[in-house]
Amino acid sequence: MTTTIEKAPRGGRGLALRPLAFALPAIALLALLAFISLLVGVSDVSVSTLLRLFSHNDDDMATQVLVASRVPRTLALLLAGSAMAVAGLLMQMLARNHYVEPTTIGTAESAGMGMLIGILWWPDMPVFGKMGLAAVFALAGTALFLAVLSRIRLRSALIVPLVGLVLSGVIESATTFIAYRFDLMQAARSWMTADFSAIVQGRYEMLWLSLGITVLAMLAADRFTVAGMGQEFATNLGLNYKRLVAQGVVVVAVVTASVIVTVGIIPFVGLIVPNLVRLVVGDNVRKSVLWVAWAGALMALCCDLIGRVVIAPYEVPIGTVMGVLGSAMFLALLLSRRKRMGG
Amino acid sequence: MKTLSTSPSAAAPAPVSWLGTPARRLWLLLALALLASLYFMTSQVQAEWSFVLPLRGKKLATMWTVAFAIGVSTVLFQTVTNNRILTPAVMGFDALFQLIQSVLAFTLGVAAMQIPELSRFGMNVGLMVLLSTSLFVWLFRGQASNLHLLLLVGIVAGIFFRSLNNFVWRVMDPNEFTVLQDRLFANFNTVSLPLLLLSLPAIALVGIWVWRQRHMLDVLALGRDVAVNLGVNYQRAVMGVLVVVAILVSISTALVGPVTFFGLLVSNMAYQLMHSHQHRYTLAGSVLLGGLLLVGGQMVLERLFGFNTSLSIVVEFLGGLTFIYLLVRKAKG
Repeated sequence: MTTTIEKAPRGGRGLALRPLAFALPAIALLALLAFISLLVGVSDVSVSTLLRLFSHNDDDMATQVLVASRVPRTLALLLAGSAMAVAGLLMQMLARNHYVEPTTIGTAESAGMGMLIGILWWPDMPVFGKMGLAAVFALAGTALFLAVLSRIRLRSALIVPLVGLVLSGVIESATTFIAYRFDLMQAARSWMTADFSAIVQGRYEMLWLSLGITVLAMLAADRFTVAGMGQEFATNLGLNYKRLVAQGVVVVAVVTASVIVTVGIIPFVGLIVPNLVRLVVGDNVRKSVLWVAWAGALMALCCDLIGRVVIAPYEVPIGTVMGVLGSAMFLALLLSRRKRMGG
Repeated sequence: MKTLSTSPSAAAPAPVSWLGTPARRLWLLLALALLASLYFMTSQVQAEWSFVLPLRGKKLATMWTVAFAIGVSTVLFQTVTNNRILTPAVMGFDALFQLIQSVLAFTLGVAAMQIPELSRFGMNVGLMVLLSTSLFVWLFRGQASNLHLLLLVGIVAGIFFRSLNNFVWRVMDPNEFTVLQDRLFANFNTVSLPLLLLSLPAIALVGIWVWRQRHMLDVLALGRDVAVNLGVNYQRAVMGVLVVVAILVSISTALVGPVTFFGLLVSNMAYQLMHSHQHRYTLAGSVLLGGLLLVGGQMVLERLFGFNTSLSIVVEFLGGLTFIYLLVRKAKG
């Protein structure tokens, strides 16, 4: 709203220059963090090793660490962080509520259940099969949430995330029950807590798929903005609302499933990042979606770095770090809202 | 009854005529609970009685202690907050208790292990009371507190405490963690006997206090304004209730670990069944129902399905469904 008022008198040149003025430092910041992420770890990797990588004639220990572990890890962080953030943004459009994201409405928990069942019944399934199964479950979980939501007539802004949190708790307890029955409790817990320490070459490539889908979602951002305004509005503009929602749910489910199968559940990125971005950029998805992807990657990098540094040479998994920081930020978000309402 | 849109009187089915009074239904419940307990103690004994009876006796005592702690704390909490969807567990109380335990064990290290059980438990409960009441007062300061906001804050606070707890565990010395774990995740089969013996007098004291306050609680349930008009020292009464809630939550969490939705299930079943607003019925009813559910559920799982510790998972599942049902119904109404 404010942006349109500000922009009107500025004219074309200002419009063209302003995003660039923000984008360059943003990219620089992300690159800096990614660079730090390459250097931090148990075995020493120095700046000179990094430089040597480009002259590609060495295969000493440090270079190998870099190629086999550090680079994949950093890439995985960038991909997973931005994918989850964009999935969160999309979910918020579909549920028409700012306080939901795949890990608080049951999508992620359902995907986890699908993975567990896949491992129980078809242990030799290839990774893509696992992901497919997880995606199907994630789809079902998201659809269940939306169905429950549509049955609630009075949709106070806060009841939506409440129902979501409880639903994901119920799905999780069902998963725990299955895991308990088959003596897989510990294993299941360790798959599902996001952890990038096991990411090496050959174990993260599936995330490129989520990047592809995320980019597709970005291109369709306008449509999803319209979907976020409700069925009547979308239909009036000539869009097939139901199909649009179905497409959105598929995108969210596949992205979530690919991230969970590769690294585990990363909580709160999809919740915090879009909300923070919205505070700065506003509600227009086409404008904010790139920033959301950027900030998601940034947040994943930061949290992973914190986890790696805080009890070095050991690690705190990113799922835990994000759980602490993310829930604290979510609380702050909720309570600042209360202050605004004068409660 | 404007504040109680989830009030049972609105939707409860008409009570069966030959069980017309709440008192009669309570007696029936008591009889059922006694029968279940008796059956639990004596059925399918394959070893020496002298071995089986103490073992099962400890389990039974634990289940009833937990049923009491969870049932009473939930009803009291719902009375004070004037709401039938809130429970101390939903608001993150037991996660807070676990966090306090972990932080104490982490900061004091081995020294924490040498403090005798009694004073350690006292210390934990003291901290718990302090933290939870200040949290509560802070949250409920505003008159027009939005229920949904409050619930959401509670649930997220629970997630926050739990994640922080996970974090502390990661940082902890593995040996210390092993000792802590024994204390945090006891189940019905491996309860520490000193803790159980410690809880029983505490439960008895709380029980006497609550029973003597039952009429004041009935007044509190009418809401702040009415209660103040009827001459209740509201601030003091609420504080007293909250201290009791904190003690009860500490006991149940210390004994069997956190159970989020069990209290919700039990208290709402009690409201439906008792069909009364008087605390002597709702309190007793929720305790008896809780015990019946735990003992009966444990028996079904143990002897029919051969599971051991999964009762809390099943109860969580059912309780979660109840919670969604209540939320959806409330939202519709």
